[in-house]
Amino acid sequence: MTWMWGVDDWIIILGVMAALACAIPGTFLLLRGMSMMGDAISHAVLPGIAIGFLISGTRDSSWMFIGAAVAGVCAAVLTQVLHRFGRLERGAAMGVIFTTFFAVGLVLLVQTADHVDLDPNCVLYGAIELAPIDLVTIAGLDMPRSFPVLVVICILNLGLLLLLYKELKICSFDPAMARASGVNVTLVNQIHMIMTAATCVACFEVVGSILVVALLVVPAAAARLMSDRLPIVLILSLVIGSIAASLGHLAAINVPGWFGDVPETSTAGMMAVMTGVLFLLAWLLAPRHGLFTQILHRWRLRIRIASEDALGLVFRSIENDSGMTRIDIRRTIVSFTEVGVVIAWIAVRRIRRDGLIDLKDNRCVLTEEGYRRASELIRSHRLWEAWLWQHADLAADHVHGQAMRLEHVTDRSMREKLAAQIDATGIDPHGRPIPSSNPVGDGGPERSRP
Amino acid sequence: MTNQGPRARASRVGQGSEHDHRSPLSIHDMTVAYDRKPVLWDVDLDVPAGQLVCIVGPNGAGKSTLLKACLDLVPKVSGDIRFWGKGISRQRGKVAYVPQRESVDWDFPVNALDVVAMGTYGKLGWFKPVGTKQRKAAREALDRVGLQDLMDRQISQLSGGQQQRVFLARALVQNPDLYLMDEPFASVDASTEQAILDVMRQLREAGRTVVCVHHDLQTVRESFDWVVMLNMRVVAAGPVEEIFTIENLKRTYGGRLTLLDQAAMALGRAHQAGERV
Amino acid sequence: MDDFLRVLLLQEYNTRLVVIGTVLLGMAAGTVGSLLLLRKRALVGDVISHATLPGVGLAFLFMMMFGGSGRWSPGLLIGAAAAGLLAAGLVMCIRRTTILKDDAAMAIVMSTAFGLGIAVLGVIQDMPSGNQAGLESIIFGKTASMIRSEAIGIGITAIVILVSCLVLYKEFRLLCFDEQYAGSQGWPVMVLDVALLVLGTLVTVIGLQAVGLILILAMLIIPAAAARYWTDRLLMMMFMSAGLGALSAWFGVTISALVPRMPAGSIIVLSSSVFFLISLLLGSRRGLIIQIWHQISLRRRVGRQHILRAIWECSEGRSSVHRDHLIGMRSWSTGRVARLLQAARRRGEISMDSEQVILTDSGGAQARDIVRNHRLWELFLIKHADIAPTHVDRDADAIEHVLGLDMVEELEAALSQGDTLPTSPHSIAGVQS
Repeated sequence: MTWMWGVDDWIIILGVMAALACAIPGTFLLLRGMSMMGDAISHAVLPGIAIGFLISGTRDSSWMFIGAAVAGVCAAVLTQVLHRFGRLERGAAMGVIFTTFFAVGLVLLVQTADHVDLDPNCVLYGAIELAPIDLVTIAGLDMPRSFPVLVVICILNLGLLLLLYKELKICSFDPAMARASGVNVTLVNQIHMIMTAATCVACFEVVGSILVVALLVVPAAAARLMSDRLPIVLILSLVIGSIAASLGHLAAINVPGWFGDVPETSTAGMMAVMTGVLFLLAWLLAPRHGLFTQILHRWRLRIRIASEDALGLVFRSIENDSGMTRIDIRRTIVSFTEVGVVIAWIAVRRIRRDGLIDLKDNRCVLTEEGYRRASELIRSHRLWEAWLWQHADLAADHVHGQAMRLEHVTDRSMREKLAAQIDATGIDPHGRPIPSSNPVGDGGPERSRP
Repeated sequence: MTNQGPRARASRVGQGSEHDHRSPLSIHDMTVAYDRKPVLWDVDLDVPAGQLVCIVGPNGAGKSTLLKACLDLVPKVSGDIRFWGKGISRQRGKVAYVPQRESVDWDFPVNALDVVAMGTYGKLGWFKPVGTKQRKAAREALDRVGLQDLMDRQISQLSGGQQQRVFLARALVQNPDLYLMDEPFASVDASTEQAILDVMRQLREAGRTVVCVHHDLQTVRESFDWVVMLNMRVVAAGPVEEIFTIENLKRTYGGRLTLLDQAAMALGRAHQAGERV
Repeated sequence: MDDFLRVLLLQEYNTRLVVIGTVLLGMAAGTVGSLLLLRKRALVGDVISHATLPGVGLAFLFMMMFGGSGRWSPGLLIGAAAAGLLAAGLVMCIRRTTILKDDAAMAIVMSTAFGLGIAVLGVIQDMPSGNQAGLESIIFGKTASMIRSEAIGIGITAIVILVSCLVLYKEFRLLCFDEQYAGSQGWPVMVLDVALLVLGTLVTVIGLQAVGLILILAMLIIPAAAARYWTDRLLMMMFMSAGLGALSAWFGVTISALVPRMPAGSIIVLSSSVFFLISLLLGSRRGLIIQIWHQISLRRRVGRQHILRAIWECSEGRSSVHRDHLIGMRSWSTGRVARLLQAARRRGEISMDSEQVILTDSGGAQARDIVRNHRLWELFLIKHADIAPTHVDRDADAIEHVLGLDMVEELEAALSQGDTLPTSPHSIAGVQS
């Protein structure tokens, strides 16, 4: 599909504007655990739009706006009322209200079916493709009719965000605390709902009332997975929303070509799909919460633990004077811990490469640095064994297994605390000596060999 | 059978992996973690048959988790649980669980009798409906806890103590040999407390075993035979008169093992991506 | 008028089929909906239904690719069901593996899937060979154009769903009420959950034709939520919910057949909404009016007890009491005392001599009972304060009903007064003597 200036660029601009407008109320919907409320409101504005249209008879009127905003807020309030006084679970209350509103809206829309251009399809999935044709002239410039509306709603949302940032933040984090510290939670709530409803109305012409939810919640969710800090989540959701909107239109005019002679498909639909794709990417690759990131981290952790175990084995083998080859070490690791052959191999290779062990007659010995590290580790291990036995009431035959896990997360300060709490005999429950805290000072690796 | 502190436990080296086939519940080497952060460390326990056993310990000591892990309701990191020497899946019929009262929605549209009849579902098996026989058994169980007059009440119209008694009746109707109860005395009235204790004593007469998570240290001595003192690990376990001592209480409740907490936190953190250890 | 009767009495073969099919659908939806509602999974129905759109679209494309016409409706419905279940699984997956909560997971899957559906429909619409096949009808539903085989298919599936719900009634009840206990008894909670979701998906899929994917949620939850206001028994709730679902379906189809420009789907939903509103207000168990009534009658009863007790306590030893005296007893306003006295006089419990209040014989006896109960309660609470029940029903008509006769006897004996009236353990405000 070829790019048409004056059409495709406007479509992308409108899409991005809609995404920007949605990201702000959407992020707070997500953080407040009200994502489905966005869905409910976007469905519930339908009767408002229809009534507004019936009153004014045209599509570009403030009546439709007012009607929709009123309907959206009504739905939010009624849901709350039904939840509180009707003793109905919140999700169910939402479902009852929004389906009823939507049904009313549909009936009304069918009544207006003779009036030209307001059909359910257009309300539901928008008509972004037609927007660039429907121009108005403002200040001597031709622009799509929905453009100024979107600009206004963007500015309004941004203004409200700057004005109420603190309040919105505390209300989404801890409403009880907000109320206790004198914030009018109900008012903030209502403003947020009005903001959401107004955004839904402003965007419905572009993306339709159902896909608004995709722009409200999905970029915010992706951003939430990428970062744990609110300002960054907000900025990221703006960015992700805009990218999804742009990619959405590109996909809409390009992807169908792959299936043969199909010119294009719905831009709004593709925009929603693209938010989903970006969410998927964040889900897999986000720096802290991503699935792949976590798997990778787990592998690295396992390798580190296996390397430390290997180092400990070398130390012990020197201690009881049974030199081990690298193969011995790998075998021991595989048979006594949960790791597989591959990780054991990597672990042994890594401690060799890092210069922690050397080979002497094919047997492993510790270098100076290796000895320092290994004795820290063994010290942690035996301190834990002694401590768990003396203070945590674990049986002597059990402490080894726990110490095996704990030694890998024990830092210097924790070691010193352990040392201070156990009996100062200097041996562990199995009668082995606990290495001192300054091993290199007392003679280096050679000293532990008889 | 008694475990008295670390040294006595250490003497069990070598026989640790064997299970006592008479013990209704024997736990070996069980470690449980939420999000990789251990909440129970290496629990070893052989519950004696025909006794009233209580598990005490501070908040967050893992008391409820211990029961849930035994019943396979939460995953274990390691450990082996045996009921009379066999795995839980072969002994479900002989074990009854009484969950915490807060774990269900009391607005649910059932009456007291319906809830008690749920105790018969296990024996009924799939698809078979509740019949007169089951309803009769449920009525008798309600009778035993003194709620025969309230069996038609919707459960939200019962007082907290009555709700707890309904849960007890549901376990009774199963007629099991082992009862695992999670805080049955939490915020109940005096008459309910008495009623539950009476039922528990009857159960002991009949040779049943009751294991009970308990929070009220005042009543341990008079109400229970055997005590498990838990704080992330078993501090001590054995007959009440031997084990329930000031020294053990101090070790269970006093001076939290901050180092163990720190280590647990560190383990949990290590397994979360993005945090360097 | 003739038309009206013909439709209403199902005299037309085609209408009859459509009505029977839709009514069965309403019953199935109401039944499954009750369970979903109680499992707190009401909105999962919304996710499933929105996700059926790409399922249908992709199934259409797939069948076209293999040379079919793409309009074979069982194929489309299988696609819809598969996509619905996949979406439910995806929600579970997102919730388990991320920090996002339930609602976010549902919104993400629902909106993305629906967007995909719209995009796929866009492709089909523009395909040279794609004659659109009325795929769009599944969004809003087109009951009127339902054909005979479709109606029969809907009916049979609905019956299967109903039978499954009855067969698995016991298991579902346990699952919805107490998941943990079910697990401890060895019931496969996961399998039962999936079974419930499959039933929900089946309802959604057969509902696509009738009401469309956006409004099918209403058929699932509105009748169920309405039925809850009338009953405290699950089986009854399921029956009522099925009945309301059937009734709304019948109304919807009939009205849309009779009145032009009334889409059946919307009318079905609106009729069930009307039933819901009626139930919310009038429901015999949890309806608003009954709740308010309970509150009013409670306040009235408490007011009566208070005024009689006040008169008794003031006139103990005296024959009559001055009205102003009563006003001092509690923080009552003059108007409130006047209203309470008037109500008592209407009940024949007191007589008034200008400003003097005198208890009648029957009023005196009742006041004595009230005072006795009150004082026994006070005694009980004082005696057992450390273990006082948190939930004692202090509004019970007689203390014996709550504490049992032996307990009451013990309390009475504690004052060694036999069954006479115990004196109040504390001094009574307003009585100087």
